[in-house]
Amino acid sequence: MGTRSCGHICGESSPGIGEGGKTGDWGDYQPAIDQEKCLPAKQNKASCFQCWLYCPDGVVSKTIPVKVNLEYCKGCGICAQVCPAQAITMVAKEIGSSA
Amino acid sequence: MTEKTQIIDGNRAAALGAMLSRVQVIAAYPITPQTPLTEALSEFVERGELDAQYVAVESEHSALAVCTSASIVGARAFTATSSHGLAYMHEMLHWAAGTRLPLVLACVNRAIGAPWNVLNDQQDSISQRDTGWIQMYARNNQEILDSVIQAYKIAEKVYVPVMVCYDGYILSHTEMPVDVPNQKDVDKFLPPYKPHTILDPNNPKNYNLVTLANPRLNAEGVLCHGYMEIRYLLQEALQNSIDTIVQTGREFVELFGRSYNLLWKDGMDDADIVIVAMGSLAMEAIAASEMLREQGYKTGVLGLRLFRPFPKKDVVNALRESRAIMVFDKNISYGQEGATCSEIKSALYGSGAKAAIRNFIVGLGGRDVTAREIADAVKRSLPSLSDTTLNSEYPQWICHI
Repeated sequence: MGTRSCGHICGESSPGIGEGGKTGDWGDYQPAIDQEKCLPAKQNKASCFQCWLYCPDGVVSKTIPVKVNLEYCKGCGICAQVCPAQAITMVAKEIGSSA
Repeated sequence: MTEKTQIIDGNRAAALGAMLSRVQVIAAYPITPQTPLTEALSEFVERGELDAQYVAVESEHSALAVCTSASIVGARAFTATSSHGLAYMHEMLHWAAGTRLPLVLACVNRAIGAPWNVLNDQQDSISQRDTGWIQMYARNNQEILDSVIQAYKIAEKVYVPVMVCYDGYILSHTEMPVDVPNQKDVDKFLPPYKPHTILDPNNPKNYNLVTLANPRLNAEGVLCHGYMEIRYLLQEALQNSIDTIVQTGREFVELFGRSYNLLWKDGMDDADIVIVAMGSLAMEAIAASEMLREQGYKTGVLGLRLFRPFPKKDVVNALRESRAIMVFDKNISYGQEGATCSEIKSALYGSGAKAAIRNFIVGLGGRDVTAREIADAVKRSLPSLSDTTLNSEYPQWICHI
């Protein structure tokens, strides 16, 4: 089956989550958060969230506990760099996994 | 059908064509020899005769960026330029065609530097050959006006932008009688613009994002084109546009009485020597052919109206029986030959045609091309045809070197 049936004659799409594909499988590393060190989790109140603020892909949640959407996290490691509590470490992804 | 004959130059003819086409957005940057065209359009808008936005821009690149943006939100857009202005638009020419936006651009043909020159040849538009635009060339001011109107109809049917090219000064600044159609008839001929896609804040879309080589599923799970599929569709649209261009000519003659096709033929019925030329040069070639006829040569003229897509079949049919084809080019693909000569050779390959082909480079940078020079060049070449050399490796330049 060809692509003609998509009906477009130029590069065209609707904005949506996953428009660029599941980009989580682009990276070699993913963040692992130590909830014992993470300030919002430790204090059980909204605070810090530097990882949420700095994430270039918007895949870090501003919640307690902080969560990372690994389907779209490209593993850049910026969150680990900016975390003032050094609660985030980058760990190797399993080969072939998208998360 | 009521038309009013006006004595006007080519730039005014193009401006009237745009106005009668009810263009909604005009963005252009003045450049010699196109300037009077943009001035006329801004006057029409200022006086309230044309309900359009005239966007003053700081460059030709921006002019075409404004036009592509206007087109994708659903407006009929027009621009015009010449020479270095067209060169500066080069990047956006690709974007407009790749997005399949039915813009119309009037290219007032002018030489390209170096060295500086403001006079006519066709190097500017020929250098944009591979940007995916349809290219038409007018021989006189009537054809300029009529072609602009037809260009919108063609562009909006096949979703490919159209460049209407005409020779600087020779047409742009020369006054001749032009029958100007009335608005009612043009409205009958040209329906309002229907975009193939529309950017609307209530229905947001992405256009021309990074598109990888291979097809992929979009967010809705639909298999979408990769880069090559989108590019193939542009080629397919240009291939198929030939039928639309012919059909548009047919509809035009019914309403306005002036006939348009892919080529112009003059004295071709019994011709065994054919002079080929594009734009106003084809008119000069007719005068040359008449001189040669008086001297007993069986000459005819094939004028190319359409350069992209190249009308291969019609060219083959017109040239199949000729003994000699003399191609005059106001452009040169450096290191090779005139662009229209290459196209003709390519079209004739495998057709069984046995004609000798000679190529002449003429009129660069406004060098005058007289009918006598064309006739003399044809006569000078005739003895070389008897040595069975069908092809000559490089073109002859008609200049004083």
